[in-house]
Amino acid sequence: MKKLANKIRKKLLIMNSRSFASHSGSALSIVDILVVLYFKILNISPNSLSDPKRDKLILSKGHGSSALYVTLAEKNFFDKSLLDKFYLDGGKLPGHLDRESVPGIEVSSGSLGHGLSLGLGMALANSIDLINSRVFVISGDGELNEGSIWEAIMLAGHLKQNNLTLIIDNNKLQGYGKTSNILNLEPLDDKFKVFNWEVIQIDGHNYEEIEKAFKLETDKPKVIIAKTIKGKGVSYMENKFEWHYKSPNKEQLKQALEELI
Amino acid sequence: MALQIPKQRTIKTSFRRIDMRNTFVKTLIKLAENDERIVVLTPDLGFSVWEEFEQKFPKRFFNTGIAEQNTIGIASGMALSGKIVYVYSIIPFITMRPFEQIRNNIAYMNTNVRLVGVGAGLTYGAQGATHHAIEDIAIMRSLPNMVVLSPCDSYEVEKLTEKSLNHEGPIYFRLAKTKKEYPIININESDIKIGEINFIEKNPNSEIAILFTGNASDIALDVAVELKKRNFDLDIISIHTIKPLNYGILEKNISTKKFIFTIEEHSIIGGLGSVVSEFIAESKFNPIFKRFALPDEYSHFVGSQFYIREKLGFHKDIIIEKIIKLLKNTV
Repeated sequence: MKKLANKIRKKLLIMNSRSFASHSGSALSIVDILVVLYFKILNISPNSLSDPKRDKLILSKGHGSSALYVTLAEKNFFDKSLLDKFYLDGGKLPGHLDRESVPGIEVSSGSLGHGLSLGLGMALANSIDLINSRVFVISGDGELNEGSIWEAIMLAGHLKQNNLTLIIDNNKLQGYGKTSNILNLEPLDDKFKVFNWEVIQIDGHNYEEIEKAFKLETDKPKVIIAKTIKGKGVSYMENKFEWHYKSPNKEQLKQALEELI
Repeated sequence: MALQIPKQRTIKTSFRRIDMRNTFVKTLIKLAENDERIVVLTPDLGFSVWEEFEQKFPKRFFNTGIAEQNTIGIASGMALSGKIVYVYSIIPFITMRPFEQIRNNIAYMNTNVRLVGVGAGLTYGAQGATHHAIEDIAIMRSLPNMVVLSPCDSYEVEKLTEKSLNHEGPIYFRLAKTKKEYPIININESDIKIGEINFIEKNPNSEIAILFTGNASDIALDVAVELKKRNFDLDIISIHTIKPLNYGILEKNISTKKFIFTIEEHSIIGGLGSVVSEFIAESKFNPIFKRFALPDEYSHFVGSQFYIREKLGFHKDIIIEKIIKLLKNTV
């Protein structure tokens, strides 16, 4: 798992460095979660993309796109050569997700606070059609500033929508710095509990904990608050909010690739 | 007072309740009986309107609470799962509150969501300007992929609702809702199709075309009657599809006219009048053209739709006077 995750990290850093794209840190923090989802949990493959019974993943924090692109390419959803033109003229893969770009992108995203409502709609459609599949939504923690997401949290709790799982990439950093300074979310677990959600707190880089959290059956919607490190795996990026914006230069990239063995 | 257009084919307008809203619901119930994909969402509006639908299809009706942004996201998620989702509310709440959700989740992703807004123009009169809808056509028609429908009576509502079922992509329905008796215009039961125009009256040799949309129908017909009384021949056209309304259709049907007038209960900015002026400005035709619409201002008047119309200068007498003046000065 770790080997695969680091392979994905290296590739996304090469992509971001080449295209001077931002959001390297935001992508690195969700890689381990994506690897567990796509290689252990999700009932989905390139051949099942039109099957209504497939599981669905929504990356609501669309700025983490590069992590998803590399993961999908590793699962052969599309040709890996497309990664080389990420964020570049004539490429297929934009900085924020476009569902028409490549197979495997369930929804377009990039504006924060939309994904959970979309996921709730998909989960409700599954309930109507008596389909047992699950819907997973990955949101940033800063994204929880958006009011619309709390509308969805409230309704999902009310409906006991237990085929819906929200994963919060709790790296504790957002646009201007620490979430605790900008708009304090704590106590985050209690907030979800009073909205009638099942709350699980995990280390978002521990594969066993991630997998166990996904497999836990509940009778309520489930939120996995995954404590993560922005820039995970690259020493000079870890917990530095400026890597929300920066892309590594050639020297920085070389160092990062050496660290990610 | 029954409306009569004396010359040519008589338009028999009957004073039945227009009730576009109930026509829409009744039509949708019929469609839903044969199509399991249809789902209705409402952010807690439509009490006394949706009970029959809810009773017949309890698993396909959701009151999503007073939360429009979430409701639009849910609608899109359902549509991406194969549903055809009709979302119902009052126009400002369904078009403006969740506008970015509409843009990203419905228009950008081109999903089969139908936004059904009631309260076109000043319909909600005395409720105040928060409930009026004067900017909705302008903003909705700016969205790529979005179809904008503005039917003028319950017949057009019925036909367009039926046609909406198999349309690929999003649709916005702009419906009126009023207890006042309104004319049913389409007694000739013409074929109504999305993207086409609907002739209420067609006179091949006329030099005047009156294009109207939605609940400006009563004013448009009153104007027509008055002009006919003065022996002017004219075409009266209901523009039920604001978008897509291609220039080819306009060229085919109004390019020979010397006078073109638009009438709509919407702001003067961005509605039907703008659509038609955009066409004329780029065409080689040079008709005398005048837009009649609501002024670029919010109403602070208290009263019914018809009272506020008059206060804002959107009244048949004023429109007739202006048109006659233009006709006399030019003919």
